[in-house]
This record gives sequence, structure tokens and C-alpha cells, in this order.
Amino acid sequence: MMRKILKLISVFAVVIFASAFTNSITNYQGYDVGDVIEDFKLKNIDGSMVSLSDYKDAKGFIITFTCNTCPYAIAYEDRIIVLDKKYAPKGYPVIAINPNNPNAKPGDSYEEMQQRAKEKGFTFPYLVDEGQKIYPKFGATKTPHNYVVEKTPKGMVVKYIGAIDDSSRNPDAVSKTYLEDAVDALLVGKEVELKKTKAIGCSIKV
Amino acid sequence: MRILLLLLILVFTISCKDNKSEKVLKNVEVEEEKTLQSNVDLEIYDFEGLKTFLNKKDDKTYVINFWATWCGPCVKELPYFEKLNAEYSSKGVEVILVSLDFPHMYDSKLKPFIEKKDLKSKVIVLNDDDENTWINEIDPSWSGSIPATIIYNKNERKFFERSFTFEELEAEVKQLK
Repeated sequence: MMRKILKLISVFAVVIFASAFTNSITNYQGYDVGDVIEDFKLKNIDGSMVSLSDYKDAKGFIITFTCNTCPYAIAYEDRIIVLDKKYAPKGYPVIAINPNNPNAKPGDSYEEMQQRAKEKGFTFPYLVDEGQKIYPKFGATKTPHNYVVEKTPKGMVVKYIGAIDDSSRNPDAVSKTYLEDAVDALLVGKEVELKKTKAIGCSIKV
Repeated sequence: MRILLLLLILVFTISCKDNKSEKVLKNVEVEEEKTLQSNVDLEIYDFEGLKTFLNKKDDKTYVINFWATWCGPCVKELPYFEKLNAEYSSKGVEVILVSLDFPHMYDSKLKPFIEKKDLKSKVIVLNDDDENTWINEIDPSWSGSIPATIIYNKNERKFFERSFTFEELEAEVKQLK
């Protein structure tokens, strides 16, 4: 009985706490789940320009803001490659965008992006957010920061924002594959159950 | 021909042996380094353990900074937190630096860093993989980037997902009182 009461109190506390912060959440800039995103045209590491509209057959995209220098981003490199190999053939290719300003973070220069992609064998575009113009539209705050968008008649709609899974630092301890679950749901025409998750990352360097 | 082959084998075995002894030597050096570094005892907590530091009800003001040795902006602002701790610890302000370094970096990076920078503020380590749960519990507005800082006392609590200068930190702490 006592436990039940305690539980109830804590639930109330959470609700009150959360409602106190709804203001700051609505002030949050950038795309939210359900928003239609604008297409972009960004330079890839091979010198070509890449837009989402280039992918005529895509059903959607896994867009990841990542970089060369953040340990959390590095921890996810192999997992992003696996995601692309698994989901590009199903219509959800990975698009990686480096939002860091190389003047603020020298390890994220164009040349070093080329080198890193080669070393790791990236199977997807690794784009430069020149002038740091695209990441603010998404409301990305850190690397890695991931978005799943679905192609619909009204445009590319954001369906998921957040982490790839529940174990950034240790790929062997993953128990929840948030991003895969989201794409899997979309592939069978279902609603994404968990639309937003959070993970630690490195602030974007501008 | 046979002699040549024998010679070759001999040369190989000798060079192999040399390599091995070199490796052994290197290992010993690494061991020594490690024992030197272990002067720092880390306090490591999961989120349940960390909560005690986030919810104190005494008369102090707590400044809780989430950082890591690999985080450039965090390392840059650490001296300001150290200065705050030095100047205000006698005035009821306690700075706690919560490291989010990866577990495999505790010995190789974190402990040497704490020693080299001679950090005087209390350093604790948060080791909890379930980030999606504890980020929201620490503050629903936190997107998860670091540096991030909580400044609180028993009456008021503020959360910041940003970097600080010393003056800004000082102003926030004074405002809270």
C-alpha cells in the first residue's frame, strides 16, 4: 500500500516537473516529429553535390549528423555502416552530415572527412554542412544526432529523432535498437512507437 | 643451399627472440606507468547513485557540471568551475564535476587528467548506459550535449546546456541565493 502511494506521488511529481518544462520544449528550434523537411544540396567527400531528391527510389532516409572527432560519433561509425547496408536496399539509405565548422574543430576538415570515410569504408555520402546552415534547420545540437524521414505525398516527414540505440558507449550491451525499430515500423506501414530518444553527444562546433 | 637455409632459420629465430624481449620490456614500462597513475581513486556511480548528489536538501548551493576529458569546450571551462570552487567553497557553494568519460579511458585518460590539472573540486564518474532515461530525468530540456550544468539549492534549480565563463557562473550562483 505504502509503495503504491509512493509510486503515485512520484508519477505526479514527474507530470508536474514535465509540465513545468513544456514551455522550453515548445521554444525548441528545428524540426519536430511530424514536420516536413526542406531538401538540401551539400557537398559530398567525392566532390559531388547530394540532395535527397537525387534518390528517386528511396522510401525515406536515415539522416545522421556525425563527425570525425567526437568519441560518441566514432563509437557509432561501425553501427551506421551496418544500418546503411541493411536499410539502403530496403529504401532507407544513410546520409551522414558533418555539422562542425572545421575552423573550430580542425579534425573535421574536408580532407580529414575524406580520409576517415576511406579508412572506415563508408558506404554512404558523408556531406559537409558548409557554413553550418543545415543542422540548425534540423535542430541538431550534437554529434551524433539522428533523424528518420519518410517520403510521403506532402514531402519528407520526420518520423524519428534521437539515438540509434540505448548503448552509445558499448555496442555489445545494446538492448533497444530505437532507430531500427522506427525504420522497421515504417517499412510495414506502421506508426513509429518511440518517436524521440536521447543520448549523450558532443556539442556542435561552430 | 642447406647451410644457407639453416642460416636463414637461425637469423629468423634470433630476430624473433629479439622482438619478444623488446615487447616484454615495453609491457613492463606500461605496467609501471599504470601503477603511478593509480593515485587517484575514482568514485563511480550509476544514475541511481548519482541522484544523491542532485537532490541535496541542505543549505549549500551545488554546481554540478557534466564534462569529459575528450570534450573541448568542457575542458576549456573547467578552470572557471575550479575558480568558483576555490573562491566560494567557504561561502556554501560546492562544485561537483561529473565525468562522462568512457570506462576504458578511466585509467589511460581520466585519472592522469585529474592529476595533471590538479583538480580540487570533487570529481565523480557517471557510468550508466541508459542515457535515454537519465538525460530526461536530469532535465527534460537537455538534448544530451555536453558541457551541461545544474546549479541548485534547496529552493531553486537551474539547468544549462551551454558553456560558461567565470563571470557568468558567478552571476548564476549569486542569483540563486
